[in-house]
Amino acid sequence: MTVSILNDFSISIATVNGSGSQTANVTLLRALFRMGIPVSGKNLFPSNIQGLPTWYTIRVSRDGFIARREQIEVMVTLNPASFARDLAAVHPGGAFFYADDIKLPIERKDISVYPMPVKALARTADVSPSLRDYIANMVYVGVVAHMLGIDMEKIKQALTFHFRGKEGPIQSNFGVIQAAADWAAQNLTKTDPFQVESMDATGGLIMADGNTAAAIGSVYGGVQFAAWYPITPASSLAEALNIYLPQLRKTKEGKATYAVLQAEDELAAIGMAVGAGWSGLRAMTSTSGPGLSLMAEYAGMAYYSETPVVIWDVQRIGPSTGLPTRTAQGDLTEAYFLSHGDRQHVILLPGSVQECFEFGWRAFDLAERLQTPVFVLSDLDLGMNQWMTRPFDYPDSPLDRGKVLWEADLEKSKGAWARYKDVDGDGIPFRTMPGNQHPAAAWLARGTGHDENAKYTEDSHTWEQNMERLKKKYDTARTLVPKPEIDAPSRAKIGIITYGSSEPAVAEARALIAREKGPKTACLRLRALPCTQEVFDFVQKYEHIYVVEANRDGQLKQILSMAMPDVAPKLRSNAHSDGLPLTAAWVKNAILSQEMK
Amino acid sequence: MATNVPVANAGPANKAGLTKNDYKGLSSTLCAGCGHNSIANQIVSACYELDIVPEKIMKFSGIGCSSKSPTYFLNRSFGFNSLHGRMASIATGALFGDAGLRALGVSGDGDTASIGMGGFKHLVRRNVPMTYIVENNGVYGLTKGQFSATAEVGLNLKHQGTNPYMPVDICMEALASRATFVARSFAGDPKQVKELLKAAISHRGIAVLDIISPCVTFNNQENAVHSYTWGKDHEAPLHEISFVPALDEIEIPGDFAEGSVREVTMHDGSTVVLKKLERDYDPTSRGHALQMLEEAERENLLVTGLIYIDTSRPTLLDGFNLVETPLNRLGDADLRPARETIDKINAMMF
Repeated sequence: MTVSILNDFSISIATVNGSGSQTANVTLLRALFRMGIPVSGKNLFPSNIQGLPTWYTIRVSRDGFIARREQIEVMVTLNPASFARDLAAVHPGGAFFYADDIKLPIERKDISVYPMPVKALARTADVSPSLRDYIANMVYVGVVAHMLGIDMEKIKQALTFHFRGKEGPIQSNFGVIQAAADWAAQNLTKTDPFQVESMDATGGLIMADGNTAAAIGSVYGGVQFAAWYPITPASSLAEALNIYLPQLRKTKEGKATYAVLQAEDELAAIGMAVGAGWSGLRAMTSTSGPGLSLMAEYAGMAYYSETPVVIWDVQRIGPSTGLPTRTAQGDLTEAYFLSHGDRQHVILLPGSVQECFEFGWRAFDLAERLQTPVFVLSDLDLGMNQWMTRPFDYPDSPLDRGKVLWEADLEKSKGAWARYKDVDGDGIPFRTMPGNQHPAAAWLARGTGHDENAKYTEDSHTWEQNMERLKKKYDTARTLVPKPEIDAPSRAKIGIITYGSSEPAVAEARALIAREKGPKTACLRLRALPCTQEVFDFVQKYEHIYVVEANRDGQLKQILSMAMPDVAPKLRSNAHSDGLPLTAAWVKNAILSQEMK
Repeated sequence: MATNVPVANAGPANKAGLTKNDYKGLSSTLCAGCGHNSIANQIVSACYELDIVPEKIMKFSGIGCSSKSPTYFLNRSFGFNSLHGRMASIATGALFGDAGLRALGVSGDGDTASIGMGGFKHLVRRNVPMTYIVENNGVYGLTKGQFSATAEVGLNLKHQGTNPYMPVDICMEALASRATFVARSFAGDPKQVKELLKAAISHRGIAVLDIISPCVTFNNQENAVHSYTWGKDHEAPLHEISFVPALDEIEIPGDFAEGSVREVTMHDGSTVVLKKLERDYDPTSRGHALQMLEEAERENLLVTGLIYIDTSRPTLLDGFNLVETPLNRLGDADLRPARETIDKINAMMF
């Protein structure tokens, strides 16, 4: 055996979709995490219930890099259909584990090859025959754990968590894992260099997915109404609401302070959410690109009628059905401009699981303060994969319910108020909600032209004044949305702007560029639109700026160019979209190839 | 903001201490003689006679001539004139804001039976507690006279030619989606419209009221199904209907001969009294209702009255076990879980 490579490699596990390998994969991921080693796991799955090839990649990185990586050092394959391509994908010097019932030729001499008696060991498991295929996945957990040096105690902790402490399944699964590890100890000789070793780099962190975090954040934000329609990769967000709302938001008497409704389509989902927002509830919907397209008309209605509503878009790659189980950041311009007529929307761009939680609650404050739809753009990578993250922080500011008038307020003003009047000079008017019993409280919301009193009018001047006020309100939003996160070392020459799940690739690319003695970089992670002053300042400051994002057209670069036309020539688009999260290698090459020109 | 200018001679106050003026809206901008205006007037009368405080009603509409009409009644009620075909969803969501409010929606045949058919049927299926009025004229008025989905096959319209398609029957669609209250009326029969409205507003659940409301501008030819002349000639009421509010002592009107009267008790204790006409009709049987509509179509009759009612089914809101306080009046402490819960939540993650 050569010199060992510790805590710095990638594992890919090739299985058949629907074969129950997720439990096994996440068990490996969690055990590594519990060993204190930084990890990231990504599920590359097909749009299929059962039968097509699927891969799960685990990256272990002692340096804490969690972006996707192309290179695979350790391959585990249980799928004859992908066997040849899996074999070819192993990096020279890597390890190839495979189920020994797959009788296919292995002609590579530059890698270590380990057969695993998956079927034989699964037969010895103490489970009903119906569960045997599922538990067979635990064979590779045991073999790989032994060969890489994964702590069996941590494996057990991961299983205990997964099966919620139920002794039966914990024991039967762990039994297979232990038997497989024992078999490997007796039958396999390690010839590859890849090893793990306990570290202390994950202390204080938790593992969670972005959709769960978004749902829990919304619960702490006081969500009262959610309507949704099933769509990958957003469904688990609404489903998590159904898990956590009953635990956190029932009264002592067991009464609900919320309602979650599965609508008949996305047209209805947003319509219900807008109705609830108008009636004074913290209302939301969650969807993905195709659903967002259907929400366009009501998004414009909410903008123009000034109705608060929160819309989560867990992006997948499009247009159309696209690759529904693959990720992208391709809905940015759609969300920004969603609907007809003049408008830009407020958009939040969470860049981590913790931020999915934070924007879960913050989005409601912004929506109600600004009386407008607020879009939160997550994506499949962030939403559906397990990530290491800081624990969720309790909200650091009280709920902001915005400018609302109830009976007592109207009594004080003797009923004088106007729904669309800019009283404070910030473009944000006051509103009343149904149920308000003051005889002057009621107004009729409408998408048609209206004056300050919400009365129908087709008067040109009134129309234009109202639209100018809405623009002013958007400028107010600029001062309220989350500011970007900036890392600006002194003497940095070029700037990088990125957002969302592309940030880990950028962070690692910057380290790679530094290692290769490339230009010194500064980085801005955008967290919201409209751009705050900091974004304008950042672009001013550097010679040129690379805008890194996971789409084809450079959508953020387009939006920034429109927002700051005078400095737009400084912006360079590094956009790439193939359904997979960006890699550091791609980002580095994209930047350096232009820097070398 | 939406205060009414007091008018002299506002008439007597009802039990809510309000006069009819308190239920009025702005002047209509629809065509003179439009059936929709007559319906708006009956909504005003029905709410006034039911002693409902206007602040306790929300009104909704989609887009179209009919959907303009919420401006013409109940000035003191909150309302949302929403998108074309999307009244169902906006009303569904809004009802959660304050479950103590009643909802009344006005839609049209295009708004409901074409662009909004999906939402309509799902609203009905969920038994969303609201009065859902379809002002049905078989034609698109605001876009100047195109066929709607309820236009009869063979109808000739200027610039459109002959309608080649079979019509949608809104009452049948409502029944097929398991509506708990289905009625049909004719704008030219204001007394019946009002009584049915009172019953619909008092119903706990979805109340679909399909009112044939002729378009005097684009579809009022004598032989057309959605015309005044045809309606007057072909209307066949199922029964004479009157509505007795819960608090009134039930007194069957004198001309309702004993033995020919059927009473339906509503959820709040009020009663719909149906006086049998020539036919014996049971409005609590969905099967009979569908059969009756089928026969009426065959006989070329506009059958009006209470077609179906089921007061037993729970409403959409019943299924949510909501707190007593209206959701939109809950305080911050009700909405944000306590600080100590966050550790428990973090502990639930790996």
